[in-house]
Amino acid sequence: MERRKKAVMRKRTRGESTASVPQFTNSPTMIVMVGLPARGKTYISKKLTRYLNWIGVPTKVFNVGQYRRDAVQTYKNYEFFRPDNKDAMKIRKACALAALKDVCCYFTQDHGQVAVFDATNTTRDRRELILSFAKDNGYKVFFVESLCDDPEIIAENITQVKLSSPDYINCDKEEAVADFLKRIDCYKITYVPLDDEKDRHLSYIKIFNVGSRYLVNQVQDHIQSRIVYYLMNIHVTPRTIYLCRHGESELNLVGRIGGDSGLSTQGIKFAAALGSYIRGQCIPDLKIWTSHMRRTIQTAEAIGVPYEQWKALNEIDAGVCEELTYEEIQDHFQEEFALRDQDKYRYRYPKGESYEDLVQRLEPVIMELERQENVLVICHQAVMRCLLAYFLDKSADELPYLKCPLHTVLKLTPVAYGCKVESIFLNVEAVNTHRERPTNVDVDRDPEDALLTVPEHN
Amino acid sequence: MKYIVPIYFGREGCCFFLHARCLAVIRYSRYLIMLSRYDIQTTVSSSFRSSVIAIFSSLEPNHDNTAGMSSTEDIIMAIPRELTQNPLRKIWMPCKNGLPEKHISQKRVCMTNCPTLIVTVGLPARGKTYISKKLTRYLNWIGVPTKEFNVGEYRRECVKTYKSFEFFCPDNEEGLKIRKQCALTALNDVRQYLSVEGGQVAVFDATNTTRERRSTIMRFVDQNGYKVFFVESLCEDPKVIAENIVQVKLGSPDYIDCNTEEAIQDFMKRINCYENSYQPLDENLDRELSYIKIMDVGQRYLVNRVLDHIQSRIVYYLMNIHITPRSIYLCRHGESDLNIRGCIGGDSGLSTRGKEFAQCLGQFIQDQNIKDLKVWTSQMKRTIQTAEALGVPYEQWKALNEIDAGVCEEMMYEEIQEHYPLEFALRDQDKYRYRYPKGESYEDLVQRLEPVIMELERQENVLVICHQAVMRCLLAYFLDKSAEELPYLKCPLHTVLKLTPVAYGCKVESIYLKVEAVNTHRDKPENVDISRLAEEALLTVPAHY
Repeated sequence: MERRKKAVMRKRTRGESTASVPQFTNSPTMIVMVGLPARGKTYISKKLTRYLNWIGVPTKVFNVGQYRRDAVQTYKNYEFFRPDNKDAMKIRKACALAALKDVCCYFTQDHGQVAVFDATNTTRDRRELILSFAKDNGYKVFFVESLCDDPEIIAENITQVKLSSPDYINCDKEEAVADFLKRIDCYKITYVPLDDEKDRHLSYIKIFNVGSRYLVNQVQDHIQSRIVYYLMNIHVTPRTIYLCRHGESELNLVGRIGGDSGLSTQGIKFAAALGSYIRGQCIPDLKIWTSHMRRTIQTAEAIGVPYEQWKALNEIDAGVCEELTYEEIQDHFQEEFALRDQDKYRYRYPKGESYEDLVQRLEPVIMELERQENVLVICHQAVMRCLLAYFLDKSADELPYLKCPLHTVLKLTPVAYGCKVESIFLNVEAVNTHRERPTNVDVDRDPEDALLTVPEHN
Repeated sequence: MKYIVPIYFGREGCCFFLHARCLAVIRYSRYLIMLSRYDIQTTVSSSFRSSVIAIFSSLEPNHDNTAGMSSTEDIIMAIPRELTQNPLRKIWMPCKNGLPEKHISQKRVCMTNCPTLIVTVGLPARGKTYISKKLTRYLNWIGVPTKEFNVGEYRRECVKTYKSFEFFCPDNEEGLKIRKQCALTALNDVRQYLSVEGGQVAVFDATNTTRERRSTIMRFVDQNGYKVFFVESLCEDPKVIAENIVQVKLGSPDYIDCNTEEAIQDFMKRINCYENSYQPLDENLDRELSYIKIMDVGQRYLVNRVLDHIQSRIVYYLMNIHITPRSIYLCRHGESDLNIRGCIGGDSGLSTRGKEFAQCLGQFIQDQNIKDLKVWTSQMKRTIQTAEALGVPYEQWKALNEIDAGVCEEMMYEEIQEHYPLEFALRDQDKYRYRYPKGESYEDLVQRLEPVIMELERQENVLVICHQAVMRCLLAYFLDKSAEELPYLKCPLHTVLKLTPVAYGCKVESIYLKVEAVNTHRDKPENVDISRLAEEALLTVPAHY
C-alpha cells in the first residue's frame, strides 16, 4: 500500500503523524469560552472549529445551551436563568457536566484533539470546575473571553442569531428581545471576568469589542499560538467573497490536467463576461487575486483592475501526471490512478501534491481572506474546492468531490453562524472537468471501470 | 452585452462603430474584431505588437438615449492585455509593445500600502533593541525592506565620549537638547529611507517614554503619510533586567573603559533617570493608537487596533519569539547517490558515506547531551534515512523539501548547460529570484519556509536535517544575510552548524563530522552572459564522479 509514497513507510512507529504537517500538540486541548450572552461566543466557537478542522486538527464544539434545550424541552422565559432559581441551577450544572463527559469521550474514543466548550462560564466556580476536570484528565485549557459593552453590537447579535433560536420560536420579535435582555441581566449579577492578577497563571485571550483590542496571557504551545493568530485576524464587517475558476483553457478542452496553458476562445468570452458581471455588482474596494498561472491572469486581465498574484493559489501539482489525460494516466500509472480514487484527499501524485498538501499551502490565503473584506479569487478546480470546503465546512472526504464547474462564480456571504452561497453561471459554455468517484477503486480494475466517470473532452 | 457591432480598423488610427449602447475604441491596426453577442473572434497577425484596446461593456446610455461614449479612462477598463512571461522569475505579466508593463501584480502579496513606522517604547534594558533588530531581520528575510534607526547610536555619534548617567538626568538641559536633536536627525533619516529610498518599514528604536516625545513622532508620521505601530516592552523582573545589562550593556561602547561593577551601577542610575518621567501607553488615552504591549518578556500581550496585514504579521511574530537560551542545529542529509553523480534534486537514498555520516551524527547528538531535542526532517528519503540513524522520534515537514528544480530535476550541471543554456545563464544572473521552469526560486523557498522559521522561534532545542538550498535560506534568516548572499552561502555536506542566540545576534559553530563527501557548492562564474561558452558556464561546477 503506497498511498502516500515511500516516505510514509519509513516513518517511525507509533504516535507519528503521517500528515504533511507536524504534530501541533501532544495533549488534547479544551478551549473554554467565557462571556455574557450575545457576545459572540458561539460565533467564535463555530468559526474556530471550522478553521481547525480544515487545517487538519480534529475539533468539535460542545454547546451547553444545546444540552439544556435537550434536557428542558420547552423554554418558557428568562426566569429559568435567574441565579436564585435552584431547580434550574441544578439542571444547568448537570448539562455542563454531561457536556464535559462528552468532551472526555471525544478525546479518548473519537481521537479528537481540540474541544470547544461553548457556554457562558461566567463564574470562577464554573471555571474552577472545568480546570479540575481538565487537570484530572491531562487536558490543556485555553480560555477565550469575549467582552463587549457596545449596545449596538449586542442588539445586532440578538437580531442575527437569537431571534431565530429554538428558544424563541413562538415569540414575536419584541417579546424575544425583551426576554433576552432580561436573560443577560441574570448573568451580569454573578459575572466575574478573567482577572489580571488572580488568573495570571491561566492561558487565555480576552477579546474586547469585537477585536479592537486583545489581551493574551501565557500562550503554552503551537496550537494556542495559531488559535490566537486566527482570532486576531477575523472580523465581523459584512462583506462578500467571490470564488471562480479561470476561463476554460486550451488544455481543459482536450481533457488534460494541470499545465500552464492559455484561455480557449470560450475562456476568453468568459473572462469578458466576468468583467461585466463584476462591474455590474458595483463592489466597493474589491480586491482581485489570481494564481501565477497564465489562465487565471488572463482571466483577471479582462476585468481591467489591478490584481495580486499568489503562488499559493497555483493548481495542485500533478507531478508525473502533469498535462496527461485521464486515459493516459490509466495507461501509464494504473496503480496510482486507483490509489487516488481510494483516498483522493490524502493521495499525493508522484513528485506532486495531495489535497492535504494544498490545504496547508492555502492556509495563508485563508488567513488573509479573513482579514480582507470584498475579494474575488480567480483560481483552479482543486484550489477552489479547498477554499470552498473551508467556507462551507466540508469534510476531507467531501472536499475533493465538491462541484466547481468552469464559468461559474460562487458568491459567499457570511450570515449568522455560516455562509450563504449563490451560484452564478455566466452563460458561457465550457467543458465539464468534474470526475466523480467510480464504483470500482480496486487496483486491478479494468480500464473501463476506471474511466467510467471521466468527463467528455476533445 | 446584447448588441452586434462590426468593427473595422484602419491603419494607425481610431475607428469605431457604435450601435445602441455598445462602445468600442480601437487604437491599432491589423486587428479585426467581429463582435456579436458573446462571440468574440480575434485574428491577430504574428507581428502585431502594439496594444489594442477593445472593450465590450454594457455602459449606461446617456440621458438622451444616444450611445454613451465614455472617457478614455473608462474604456481602458476591460482590455485583455497580452501576457508575457518574465524569463527569470517565470511570472506572467501584461506587456505593451512586447515589453512588460509595470503592474501591481508583480509584487507578492501587498503587505502594506503606505510605509510603516514601528516605534519602540520602554525603559532602558527592556529588550527594545533586541526586538528591533530581530524584527528587522525577520521582515527583511520575508521580503519587506526594513531598517532600524537606533537613537542611542545617533547620540554616540554626536557626543563622542560617554561620561556617566548624568547625561540622562531629566534636569540636564544640555543633555536634553542633544537627545532631542538626535531623535529629529534619526526621524529625518527615516523619512529619507521610507519616502526616497523605497523602504517599507522603519523601526524607530529609542525609549520614547514620554507622551510628548510620542506626539512629536505622530506629527512626523502624519506629515509624511506613514502608518505608526508602537511596540512597548514592560518588565519589572530584576533578574531579567540584570541579565540584559550583562548581555548587551557591558559590551556597549558607552562602558568600554569601565569595569563590570561600575558599569552596572551607572546603568541602574541611568534607568532611574527615565523612571520618573515614564508614561506608558495608556489604555484609555491611547485607545486610538495601534500598538502591542509586551509584558514580562512575553508572558502577556495587550494588542490594540491592528490596522493591516504587516502589523498582523508583526504581532504574530512578536508573540512567538522568546529569549530562553537554546541551540539550533542545522545540517544537510548525508551524502546521497545523486550527490555523488553530480545530479541536482531527485529523491535518492544515502550513499555508503552518507550512511556513515548518519551514524556519526547520531553519536554527535548523543554526546551533546541536548535537553528535549526536537528533530525535524523533510519528506525526502535522504533526510529521513539520516534521521532514522539517530534513533529518536522526528517530525517530517514537507516545507523542508529541497528546492524544486522543475525541468532540471536530477540533471547534472553539464546537462543543464547542454539542454537549457539560457536558463543556466539567467540563474547565474540572479540566483535568488530565478525560478526553474515548472520549479521554484529561492524567493519561493523563503515563502515556503516562513512557517518553519516561525515554529523554530517558538521551539527551544531543535535539529533540522534538510537540504542545501533550504539550509541556505534558514541560515540567511539566522545570520541576517541579504538576498544576494543567500544563494551562495556555504553549506557543505556532513557539517553541522550549531547556532546559539547571543546578545543581538547568533553565534555559529561549524562542526565537520569527519566523513568525506563530495562538494556540491557551485560558485557564481565570472561570465553570466547568455552568450557565454559552455566552458565558462561550467567553470565553477564542483567535481563529481
